[in-house]
Amino acid sequence: MARYVAIWFRYLTTDWFTIRKPELKEIPFVLAAPKHGRMIVQAASLPACTKGIQQGMVVADARAIVPELQVFPEQPTLAEKLLKKLAEWCLRCTPVVGVDLPDGLILDVSGCAHLWGGERAYLKDIHGKLTGYGYHVRIAIADTIGTAWAVSRYGKISGLIPPHQQLQALLPLPPAALRLEQAVVEKLLKLGLYKIESFINIPRAALRRRFGTSMLTRLDQALGKEIEVISPVRPIEPYQERLPCPEPIRSITGIEIALKKLLEALCTRLTKEEKGLRACVLKCFRMDGNIQQVQIGTTRPSRNVLHLFKLFELKLSGLEPALGFELFLLEAPVVEALSVIQEAIWNSKEETNNEVIAELLDRIAGKIGATAIHRYLPEEHYIPERSIKLAASLQEQPLTTWSSDIPRPLQLLSVPEEINVMVAIPDYPPSLFHYKGAVHRVSKADGPERIEQEWWLQKGEYRDYYCVEDEEGRRYWLFRLGHYDSREPKWFVHGFYA
Amino acid sequence: MDVAARNDLIRQLRQEVLSLQGFKRSLDEQKIQTGLSGLEAAFPNQVFPTGAVHEFISTRIEDATATNGFIAGLLSCLIKHNGVCVWVSARRTIFPPALTLFGIRPERIIFIDCKRQKELLWTVEEALKCEVLGAVIGELSELGFKESRRLQLAVEQSRVTGLIHRYQPKTENTVACVTRWKVKPLPSNLEDGMPGVGFPRWRVQLVKVRNGKPGFWDIEWKGGKFNYVAGETYPMQLPVRKAV
Repeated sequence: MARYVAIWFRYLTTDWFTIRKPELKEIPFVLAAPKHGRMIVQAASLPACTKGIQQGMVVADARAIVPELQVFPEQPTLAEKLLKKLAEWCLRCTPVVGVDLPDGLILDVSGCAHLWGGERAYLKDIHGKLTGYGYHVRIAIADTIGTAWAVSRYGKISGLIPPHQQLQALLPLPPAALRLEQAVVEKLLKLGLYKIESFINIPRAALRRRFGTSMLTRLDQALGKEIEVISPVRPIEPYQERLPCPEPIRSITGIEIALKKLLEALCTRLTKEEKGLRACVLKCFRMDGNIQQVQIGTTRPSRNVLHLFKLFELKLSGLEPALGFELFLLEAPVVEALSVIQEAIWNSKEETNNEVIAELLDRIAGKIGATAIHRYLPEEHYIPERSIKLAASLQEQPLTTWSSDIPRPLQLLSVPEEINVMVAIPDYPPSLFHYKGAVHRVSKADGPERIEQEWWLQKGEYRDYYCVEDEEGRRYWLFRLGHYDSREPKWFVHGFYA
Repeated sequence: MDVAARNDLIRQLRQEVLSLQGFKRSLDEQKIQTGLSGLEAAFPNQVFPTGAVHEFISTRIEDATATNGFIAGLLSCLIKHNGVCVWVSARRTIFPPALTLFGIRPERIIFIDCKRQKELLWTVEEALKCEVLGAVIGELSELGFKESRRLQLAVEQSRVTGLIHRYQPKTENTVACVTRWKVKPLPSNLEDGMPGVGFPRWRVQLVKVRNGKPGFWDIEWKGGKFNYVAGETYPMQLPVRKAV
């Protein structure tokens, strides 16, 4: 026997705003969108509704009623997105959940409620959880979608309609509860038929003639005489593969065989869906209940079994099988799109090369950590420490060119080292300097090249750089910090020329 | 037997000796243009050996910079336009923008900084196994014979050129590399006594070379290529130790 639950989110979008900004809870606010040059209220929050503001009002009129009313722009697809998320959340209660636009969900709960200890407890659980998140909901359960929908929106009784009681539940409800078109509802009200009980006994032929067949269909659906189906949301199947073992596996060879099988199965699926994985976890369930796992990551999406196996191979030695593993579970928590590779014919050489290099970097990152890998791009700064930046990915290309007008030293000290110098004339390169216990007599020099501090980034004195060569041909990059005044400026060695 | 025939025979015999000594030369081996015919003459078959591991030794930081300069020059010959290079080191002081002077696009170099010696060697070996790389540079201090053999075996498969730069090694122990180099800076020289510092200039010493002749050369990096310092166009022989 089928049972359906209808959930009505009375203030879906405004509740979502309130959840994000709790300070809005007591303040009347509306979501509005422009229409024919006027701002029309699309949704009103609970405090606004209690003061008489309704959907479809002009914002100016609403402001006349409630002067302190706050207005936010409406996001057109918000309700649909929220309902989809909520439907996915509801998959915890039942496997079949349908979205009922604009503000509801329909759950097919046949055979589910007993797991919560009865329908009352089931409804209470859903209601409690959704209310806990901050949504105002009304819930009803009935044999048909129509009745559950009607009771959730218009019912003044408890939402729990016992089996085969839908007729009794519908009788006191207004005609709008049958999900009829607006024109039909208006016609019924005009004729004085304010409740379903006042027209349900009218002969069907007369009803069809006056109100059309759609009304009869809706009536039959609500009463359960006609079958109605919902289109369920489909949850994304997690990318995982399982391999139970009849005998516990203890040897590394066994684990490798299991891993290979799982990888092949997972990669076949990834190939079919044109995806590649960025992260992968192998969980091994030991006989004594212990769970061990190894994790790998890749720099670009991959579904290459050999490569992934190699990455895992580096880490398999960390597993402790003890009595043996009885279940292997391979999961890919992060998956990205990866188009089908055209083998050989269209593949440019560079592209394959990049792939091989990316695989090498994956192995290195897996062994010693991704922080060890650096690639540099130019940045437009004169201060040498700032003139390079780390590339974010292997594919990133430089946005500016490397400046090569003034040669830079091949080796640069991360921290400049202070030196003692002898300078004959100020603003000239030193004629002699001490570095690491040795005296260097300068025979040739270039400079100075003045590099100012970038005041918007860092305060400090400018540096005057000199390229000097001593008598034995060793070349240094020295700088003087600041200018000559009352005190002696400091000198540093910052790099070495080839 | 006339002279030409005899020379031919000698050349054939030399080839045979080389192959008996385990020197293999594959047909698809790239011939790099260092522009230094005198230096290339020191190697077997007069070709700079690619697909092999070279060893560089330096003791002072100034020498290390000169060595890195020579390595950068070789690198620009090796990776040409689009090659990618991996530079593995423990304490890296290379300043990437300076590589533009040697015709290398710094963004094509991937730097890997390892803390421990073990990781460093593992990374160098793993990178040497990767066939698509233009070259692999390893900056480390200690390299045992066993480890160097592993590197040699890796490049024999992949034909990648490895350049190992040992800075301040405890001992200059025997390793299974094809060459051992030492590079020292030389005073630069500008034409007509112009002021300022000239082009980088080094004394490049080939201390050991398998199946070749050691020697030393004075080399300058000028105009995007290696040049001999004027007047020194042939290898100067190292002093030979006399037998007692």
